[in-house]
Amino acid sequence: MTGSSNDRDVAVLGVGMHPWGKWGKHFVSYGVHAARAALRDSGVAWEDVDFIVGGETVRNGYGGYVAGATFAQALGWNGARVATSYAACATGAQALDAARARILAGLCEVALVVGADTTPKGFLAPNAGERWDDPDWLRFRLLGMTNPGYFALYARRRMDLYGATQEDFASVKVKNARHGLGNPNARYRKEVTVQDVMDSAVVSDPLHLLDICATSDGAAAVVLTSMDYAKRHGLTSPVRVRAVSTVTPTFPQTVIDMPLLSTDPATAVAPAELTFKQSIGAAAYEEAGIGPEDVSLAEVYDLSTALELDWMEDLALCQQGEAEHLLRAGDTTIGGRIPVNPSGGLACFGEAVPAQALAQVCEVTWQLRGQAQGRQVENARVGITANQGLFGHGSSVLLSR
Amino acid sequence: MSEAAARPAIEGWFTTGPEPALLASRCTTCGSVFFPRYEGFCRNPGCDGEEFDVTELSRRGTVWSYTDAQYQPPPPYVPASDPYVPFALAAVELPEGFVVLGQLASGYGVADVRVGTEVELVVETLHTDETGDRTIWRWKPVTELGEEADQ
Ligand SMILES: [Zn+2]
Repeated sequence: MTGSSNDRDVAVLGVGMHPWGKWGKHFVSYGVHAARAALRDSGVAWEDVDFIVGGETVRNGYGGYVAGATFAQALGWNGARVATSYAACATGAQALDAARARILAGLCEVALVVGADTTPKGFLAPNAGERWDDPDWLRFRLLGMTNPGYFALYARRRMDLYGATQEDFASVKVKNARHGLGNPNARYRKEVTVQDVMDSAVVSDPLHLLDICATSDGAAAVVLTSMDYAKRHGLTSPVRVRAVSTVTPTFPQTVIDMPLLSTDPATAVAPAELTFKQSIGAAAYEEAGIGPEDVSLAEVYDLSTALELDWMEDLALCQQGEAEHLLRAGDTTIGGRIPVNPSGGLACFGEAVPAQALAQVCEVTWQLRGQAQGRQVENARVGITANQGLFGHGSSVLLSR
Repeated sequence: MSEAAARPAIEGWFTTGPEPALLASRCTTCGSVFFPRYEGFCRNPGCDGEEFDVTELSRRGTVWSYTDAQYQPPPPYVPASDPYVPFALAAVELPEGFVVLGQLASGYGVADVRVGTEVELVVETLHTDETGDRTIWRWKPVTELGEEADQ
């Protein structure tokens, strides 16, 4: 099943990254570094790329708003068509989807997708100025509600409903820290103990500082081509993108979502059977014709340790309320039944918003090729990514070899 | 600061007085209720309503989840005191079928609530500026935790 192909597949010919960290350089230099690495990996010359998509970065001035063209110019204008995508944390998936759609429509053959960011220190605070009609401003002004505050709401709910403990959350960090130890692109490569997490300050109860991911500089790039193009270049079984889910919620969205102060009302319309996050994975599985039982590994958005557990359930890798059982049994560790975040996840990377969903795709590609040195999931055949961008952006990419 | 100087930190979002309540927009076509107030086009995808009236939301709901802010949030948050004193927050499910965030009432922390705890809306001082006390809605547990566990 997973080996079969359909006419909606596109090939991943190359992937590349700039290591995550705090390097103090311009985002364009990271992006070009990653783009060149992906091109080298693919064996495709930049001149042969006929579509470039940039992931927009909103914190780096005008060049960041027109990231596609910014990267194209930095690589040297080659006349390619261009697009720029913005979908908050889901930016990379949306950019990838734009490239895939153009390839599948026959409008281009070789696309380069690049995301890069330089991020500030500390809490991500809203833009300056008084903005009484902006929920992102109002949640700070009226409630003092930070991003970790939202993560903490989900974490606490797991504790009260499913019996999760703060030690469980810490164990996610311990696992991911171990996964990322040998990852050359990870920012944090250091063992962490449950005690280290428990001893770190509580930021938003029940989450400790080490439960929450940092923000980082970083870049990731992917070279996508048509299956035909890959075949003509001698690649008979490249890693393939089988699905890109960029779904929006269904009204009423009744799970509180950053940065909002409330949910949609279920007054007149009953909520859909699947929550928004569940629908993200479901759409990817449906599009690919592949089920959760076929998945070899998952790269999920662990903005907090507890969110990794939520994602496992939202991706139907286990039943609701069972994620802790898998964690405790070692099922989600490399070598276990369904390794989660073999890259080390955001716990080891920190978040570089427009690059992060692409970094997930890079990792899954390396895993499916058997090139994930020091963190390889044995016999990986299918990998799925999951992430959610603020303001209703689903993001899940399903790849197979 | 005198009582008379107290006014809401944001106009038109909640009533004050002995039985304060959040103010929502209700679509006159489908009955969907929106908070914060929203007037324009109904967000129910199956409704083409454009007329809204203002309705008071239930003053009681149950805790969906809760947390606190142990570090002072960045601006535009305005700290109520110096040094900063942590406060708790709850997401509260209302009978109208949606969840509204709010701080917990002064003096209450995460140890005072559980998922499912019944809370009631109160209005308290958020911070004080040059014009006086600025107030906000908050959620106050209706029963103490021990009392609830006995039931
Ligand atoms: Zn309506």
